Amino acid sequence: MGNWTAYLTTDAPASRRQARLGQAWRQWLTLKQNPLAIAGLVIVMSLLLIAAFAPFIAPFDPLAQNLDQRLMPPSAVNLFGTDSLGRDIFSRIVYGARVTLFIVLLVVVSVGPLGLLIGATSGYLGGWVDRALMRLTDVFLAFPRLVLALAFVAALGPGLENAVIAIAFTAWPPYARVARAETLVIRNADYIAAVRLQGASAWRIVLRHIIPMCLPSLIVRTTLDMAGIILTAAGLGFLGLGAQPPMPEWGAMISAGREQIFDQWWVATFPGLAICVVALGFNLLGDGLRDVMDAK
Amino acid sequence: MSDAVTPLLEVGNLKVNFHTPTGIVRAVRGLSFSLGRERLGIVGESGSGKSMTGRAILDLIPYPGEVLADRMLFRGEDLQTMPKAARRKLRGRRISMVMQDPKFSLNPVMTVGDQIAEAYRVHHRANAREARERTLAMLEAVQIREPERVYALYPHEVSGGMGQRVMIAMMLIAEPDILIADEPTSALDVTVQLQVLKILDDLVTSRGMGLIFISHDLHLVQSFCDRVIVMYGGKAMETMPALELADPSAMSRRHPYTLGLLGCLPELSNPKAKLSTLTRDPEWLA
Amino acid sequence: MARSSAPVTGPATVTSGPGPGRLARWGKMLSRELTTVAITMFGLLAITFLIARVIPIDPVLAVVGDNARPDVYEAARLALGLDKPLWQQFAIYVGKVFTGDLGTSILTAQPVISDIKRVFPATLELATLGTLVGITFGIPLGVLAAVKQGRWPDQLARFIGLFGYSIPIFWLGLMGLLLFYAKLGWVSGPGRISIAYQDFVTPVTGVILLDAAMQGEWDAFWNALSHLVLPSAVLGMFSLAYISRMTRSFMIAELQQQYVIAARVKGMSEARVIWRHALRNALVPLTTVIALSYANLLEGSVLTETIFAWPGLGRYITNGLLNADMNAVLGGTLVVGAIFIGVNLFADILGRIFDPRTR
Repeated sequence: MGNWTAYLTTDAPASRRQARLGQAWRQWLTLKQNPLAIAGLVIVMSLLLIAAFAPFIAPFDPLAQNLDQRLMPPSAVNLFGTDSLGRDIFSRIVYGARVTLFIVLLVVVSVGPLGLLIGATSGYLGGWVDRALMRLTDVFLAFPRLVLALAFVAALGPGLENAVIAIAFTAWPPYARVARAETLVIRNADYIAAVRLQGASAWRIVLRHIIPMCLPSLIVRTTLDMAGIILTAAGLGFLGLGAQPPMPEWGAMISAGREQIFDQWWVATFPGLAICVVALGFNLLGDGLRDVMDAK
Repeated sequence: MSDAVTPLLEVGNLKVNFHTPTGIVRAVRGLSFSLGRERLGIVGESGSGKSMTGRAILDLIPYPGEVLADRMLFRGEDLQTMPKAARRKLRGRRISMVMQDPKFSLNPVMTVGDQIAEAYRVHHRANAREARERTLAMLEAVQIREPERVYALYPHEVSGGMGQRVMIAMMLIAEPDILIADEPTSALDVTVQLQVLKILDDLVTSRGMGLIFISHDLHLVQSFCDRVIVMYGGKAMETMPALELADPSAMSRRHPYTLGLLGCLPELSNPKAKLSTLTRDPEWLA
Repeated sequence: MARSSAPVTGPATVTSGPGPGRLARWGKMLSRELTTVAITMFGLLAITFLIARVIPIDPVLAVVGDNARPDVYEAARLALGLDKPLWQQFAIYVGKVFTGDLGTSILTAQPVISDIKRVFPATLELATLGTLVGITFGIPLGVLAAVKQGRWPDQLARFIGLFGYSIPIFWLGLMGLLLFYAKLGWVSGPGRISIAYQDFVTPVTGVILLDAAMQGEWDAFWNALSHLVLPSAVLGMFSLAYISRMTRSFMIAELQQQYVIAARVKGMSEARVIWRHALRNALVPLTTVIALSYANLLEGSVLTETIFAWPGLGRYITNGLLNADMNAVLGGTLVVGAIFIGVNLFADILGRIFDPRTR
């Protein structure tokens, strides 16, 4: 243990990897000081664990209907009560973590690289490429995100995959903006000039030297954006345009509980709480990461 | 009054500390001086604590900082036991300060006239018209030719020199007893510096104020002040009459730091091949 | 950065000021802004066109619905100009939009543009009140957080901010109805006005509060207000989160400026330093933020109006969605997008007016 700490905290790292690990270690030490960020981290980790071990955590099959047990209030058996088809709400929320994670990961995997590439290219090449790409970004930013996503889903047809595509299509511009801003700063750095003098191609510079430097900002941006993605997905689900029944998606579950809100409050309340907690977790973590990584 | 007996300001063993996560930063460490109706210069490098001294007198040290002193008296009144509200009333009215760069120290969204009039109205019962007349008179006093027109200008619409004259007008309109001038001309073009100084000097002399002139410029302080405190690392290295700074025969009495400061100035009449760099002795701070 | 210096004895130099110079500057600025707006509008139209004609497998079905008779289908196909090349279709589309022709809604059998004219005041009423809530509480909260940085008002503001960014608006609306309408009975339920009062107010402006007040129907006014309180508070919560967060960061930046110290040196009270000197400066960028939050509320109204059965633009769009009424959806989308752009332009100009340096 002591050896490791010494290895990580040395002022004179012997390799690039040691330097990188050392920096991560110091950032972790700073993050640990922030209780809210740690709370966020715990929530996010719990989401991952719950999604991974859903079959072991959930007491019931999330799709199993039991019409004798319709709309039962919360009890020791049904922790969060049952819905109008007698399904256990707690089990559905547990499995819903998988759906949420699926949406979030898919959006991030498609949006992150796209935004990064557009932004870094735009910032590095400058000139008319920059102007054209940024104009395109502006057009998308000028559009309210949810409304645009709605229109897309309307054209594509409802469904989980289409909801993901629609969200991804509307979510990339901020990433491109951040990546471009970072690139503009990095582009004029002396070490980039040095790489250029060694004869590196524009592609190589963008991919190997600029994009890695943009990553911290983008990680922070992504974490903070997760909450927005979750909320948009839930909104689409609520309107019946996202995940289709009987899939246990939290937004759709709120929509299903809407009819009984005044009599059986638990049906809509608990899925909403789940969304809140998870979104809050990502926001707290992102906020903490922003302070640590010193990103804008 | 008993002005001859009681100085305007007496400061004994003034300390300014900032408590930061990495330890205490001591900006001023035990400074003592007194000020009469005179022009007192404080010289030093950046970071020597000269600006913090001015701020401490005005009770404007920001939050993680603390001000300690054995004595801090304004005309015999103890500033340290005085309530915050009373200290605020002193600001502008009794002790005022001209700051370095008018580009940043004037509020960009208020007309310069309104900013000056506001300074008058906090301290004097006056309606808007009286305050405006006062302001126009004050603008004239700092030799602004078309006060009516300048009154309605925004800070970005005036030049640096005029901005600093506006600043002086704003800080003197309530007729304070002490003016702290914190590098009042270092942000200005050389051609304007002397003119602004002249205005400042005339006003200070004619109104019989005490002036604390904070600067890094030895020559300026020497020609402009009656007495000079040389500061380094938050401490006074020495205090002397300004005339002695130019007096070659007094050099043997000078502190090595003062000699060092003098040594790194270029001279037209006696050009040196190489300017010396300052050597600093940690013992001075002991 | 360059500083022009004026000799003391000479006339005061003025680097900029009133006169033809300012007019020219404004003209230039306006033409630049309008170019941006034009390009953005064009992009907006391209996107809606893309959604309408390119993405759907059969754009005709998307317009006439699945159960259309063959002759209706064929007529719609020709009306859409689907036999023409894509760029011509786009030109026709743009031309139609500019003459106010957004197509006909399947659901109401009315031109979409007249539908939108009818429902829009309801949304305007909601978003305006929501923004007012956000400004009234958000700015003081943000200022307080900046002044008491790191202490409890700051923590409270931070919490509200994160809360606002983490809560699904439709769920908050439901919870609000559950608590304040069903359990406590403090406010009226869904809808814009109770049926009993519906005939008392003749729509003039379409904004019920205004209409009722102008016609002196105070009972109806209070009833409408009790319907409006909850949805606008829910929307306002989001506006509040955003505005307070931005106010805080702008104020922190302003409070570090030299002119703030100068104001203190003059002997101004701390309240005046904060609320008059610093906040007045922070208001310049805040105008943009407020406008943006207003535009965001138009978006938030899509979900809120669904919850509160509020007959506005948001519900019009979602109704269209659920009934595969493509013209209604895209017309609504286009209008929301255009308002977004317009509000941003307005904010830009307002920001310039607030800032003497760009006036």
